[in-house]
Amino acid sequence: MGAKVNSAAAGTANYVDERTSIGGFVKFFARKLFPDHWSFMLGEIALYAFIILLLSGVFLTAFFVPSMTEVHYEGPYETMHGVAMTEAFASTLKTSFEVPGGLLIRQIHHWSALLFVAAIMTHMCRVFFTGAFRKPRELNWLIGFSLMVLALAAGFTGYSLPDDVLSGNGLRIIDGVIKGIPLIGTYISYWLFGGEYPGVDIIPRLFTAHILIVPALILALIGLHLFLVFLHKHTQYPGGGKTHKNVVGLPLFPVYTAKAGGFFFVVFAIVALVASVFTINPVWNYGPYDPSPVSAGTQPDWYILFVDGALRLMPGWLFGLPLEWEILGYTISWNILIPSLIIPGIFFAIIALYPWIEAWATGDKGERHVLDRPRNVPVRTGIGVAMIMFYVLLVIEGSNDIVASLFHLSLNDITIFLQWAIFIIPPLSFWITKRICMGLQRKDRELVLHGHESGTIVRHENGEYIEVHTPLDEQEVWLRVNYPNHKPLEIADEFNDRGVRRKGYKWDRFKQKLSRFYYEERVEPVTWEEYQEALHHHDHGPSAQGEAEAAEAQQADAQLTNEWDKQDKAGAADK
Amino acid sequence: MSTPENTPENEPQEGFVDPGLADHRPRRADVEPKANKRAERQVAALFGLSVVGTVIALWAYFTKDAGDGGDVATIQSVNMWIGLGIALAMAGIGFGAIHWAKTLMRDHEMVEERHELRSSDEAREGAIQNLKDGAEDSGIGSTGTKRRSVLKGSLITAVAIAPLAVLVPQIGNMGGDWNISKFRHTLWGPGVRLARDPDGELIKASDVTMGSVFHVIPEGLNDLDHHHKMVEKAKAVVLLVRLDPADMKPVAGREDWSFDGIIAYSKICTHVGCPVALYEQQTHHLLCPCHQSTFDVADGAKVVFGPAKRPLPQLPIAVDDEGYIVAQNDFDEPIGASYWDRLKGDGSSADVEEGSH
Repeated sequence: MGAKVNSAAAGTANYVDERTSIGGFVKFFARKLFPDHWSFMLGEIALYAFIILLLSGVFLTAFFVPSMTEVHYEGPYETMHGVAMTEAFASTLKTSFEVPGGLLIRQIHHWSALLFVAAIMTHMCRVFFTGAFRKPRELNWLIGFSLMVLALAAGFTGYSLPDDVLSGNGLRIIDGVIKGIPLIGTYISYWLFGGEYPGVDIIPRLFTAHILIVPALILALIGLHLFLVFLHKHTQYPGGGKTHKNVVGLPLFPVYTAKAGGFFFVVFAIVALVASVFTINPVWNYGPYDPSPVSAGTQPDWYILFVDGALRLMPGWLFGLPLEWEILGYTISWNILIPSLIIPGIFFAIIALYPWIEAWATGDKGERHVLDRPRNVPVRTGIGVAMIMFYVLLVIEGSNDIVASLFHLSLNDITIFLQWAIFIIPPLSFWITKRICMGLQRKDRELVLHGHESGTIVRHENGEYIEVHTPLDEQEVWLRVNYPNHKPLEIADEFNDRGVRRKGYKWDRFKQKLSRFYYEERVEPVTWEEYQEALHHHDHGPSAQGEAEAAEAQQADAQLTNEWDKQDKAGAADK
Repeated sequence: MSTPENTPENEPQEGFVDPGLADHRPRRADVEPKANKRAERQVAALFGLSVVGTVIALWAYFTKDAGDGGDVATIQSVNMWIGLGIALAMAGIGFGAIHWAKTLMRDHEMVEERHELRSSDEAREGAIQNLKDGAEDSGIGSTGTKRRSVLKGSLITAVAIAPLAVLVPQIGNMGGDWNISKFRHTLWGPGVRLARDPDGELIKASDVTMGSVFHVIPEGLNDLDHHHKMVEKAKAVVLLVRLDPADMKPVAGREDWSFDGIIAYSKICTHVGCPVALYEQQTHHLLCPCHQSTFDVADGAKVVFGPAKRPLPQLPIAVDDEGYIVAQNDFDEPIGASYWDRLKGDGSSADVEEGSH
């Protein structure tokens, strides 16, 4: 039977290959190596969440009616009997209550959307802190960034579709923000809603964006993202034998086929488990959209909280000055523009452009395939932590009503505290993180030069006590000394010999300033001379000295044990 | 082919030598046949568990009774069982495959060389030559015998403006009638009675006891079709409260806009347009639950906290002959979020006519 299967497989392979030359691709892909690390699966989670979104989303489109036509509910859910609602809301109720398993798929869809955005952001953090965005991966970072923005768009357009009270209010906030755009805001609002808010067009339009435009873009960019991952070959963590010119890892087939393929099922399992046990977005409790009611403590999906938090944080009046200006009869609402468009715009722009900003400071033109340990680039790590803190503070402010009721605090106090904190905590966390990183680098030096503390204290014959240090093995030494030691850029003088100002000096000067900010203060790795000196310290280096000490200590220990044993025996004999 | 400046070495400190890959430590399943067999059994058991999960999901789907769909708890329980089945079915496959990979498949790392991404100089030259040849063939290249600048110019112009033919009608249709002055008008107008939200019951001044609060819509709103009702309701909702007149600070020019401590403000926040629905009787403060703008109802609905800048627009009210509360007029400014030209436009004269019919 085995032979039969084999010949059938060979026949099929031959048939396909003669028509597609797939053999070459299989040869190329099958044994492609991927380095192994848990942090490399964060991006996989995002990919799998997206696949789950596609699968569950297709099911939902079979029942959802993207229409704002009014109906009076006559389904089985009695609380809503006779209530006027749009078909969108009614069909959401129908999917939940009358389609067996429909509620489950809705919940799977919603939970995996939350997971999708969370996984993308965590993946971005991993890429950021390990420097995986450096040449040649800058463009792939930009593609990943675009995917993050599209994920937010996908989430928000989907959140709005059921046309319940919460999503309707979310849309109204969007409408308010859009109207705040100078000059064209009102017209954009009309364009989006097909006239005055809320109109009858917004749900069908969001539906098209949600099921066609946004996912098509996401799919295309995921394809490009993965293509570049294959083309660049994966980055790897530093260690013995890992260089910028090789990849150390396990083959795609069978190891990663099993691991990554299996991991898709694990992600699906976890999403299904969460979706079956924890209810999310029970729209039947909220009711259909009505512009009048709203309840306290309602939250948007988590990924929108930072914008909502910024909107809450920005005061309408600052030290008695209005933040909504009327100039020549026109209105500019800084209290809306700054938190909802300008701040997120700058924040996202910094993220998108970061690879180039750092490249200017580093002046590094080479391909970088070995990842950085975050401690070895203290300024980058500090910037990352500061940006995360900034984001987290906005998220906290976005749920300040929940925080207030959970911790019995005053809502206003939280907002006032965060209005100051948003300026103080990010710089402070930058500074602290940078210090911690440099502390860790000094610790690395210390370890290389003096070895690990063994906890064994030895007394010399002359009465001196010393602690035995175990020397590092060669792998560990290599890990701790081998990192790029960037120094501030040196630039050519402003004037040449003949006193003529050279072109591009200002740009170089800017890069130099940036470079000083990054690398002026630094902990240099242990040099070979320092290491040799430590080795020969007092005629025996950390290794020789340590070994001798350890041997001595062991001997003393054995002797002691021996004596105790004797005493014990003697004691036992006495009794 | 790699050029030295494009592919850096690891920049080791001079003298240190890359120790190479760490020694591979075999797993138990690599050396002990028993452990190997055990791992195989574990993987098979996990796949078996997946089958159990599938059976549970199908069993729940076919046998669990969701009733008529009216009881949320029953529906949630059916969905939970299907979901748990799916979770188990997936987890079995997933953990089985991963366990297989981790215990039985290769774990001895392999090494592969990277190749620099930059194309070789030859390839680059070839590419440039091909483009040059193509440009020459088409005649747009500057190296050609004819420059064909008219052709180039006309092509660029045509391609640049052609999208207008598609986009203008498309976008032109998407904004409805583009009449943004509609923001200025609501259903309120002289003599329009105040009604309760949502049932539309009219409100008499005598119904409004001290300290009470009413969510209000204009009379006749509920008779509109759904679309217009939503649009109008989004602008017209009002909050009506009654305070002790002694607590109220009078606002210049609005002395006769309230009636015996009964006062009405737009319910739409002047920040980004959420309904300002939370009223605190003791402090007379109105709180928007979306972004926590707080307005002092006793003091002209001025902003006392939060991101809003402007007070809520006040609806001038009076009491008609039958004792019902009526509007004296429409709001004297656009309600809700600020926008660029909110202070421009046709003023409030037009809406008097519009609101009265």
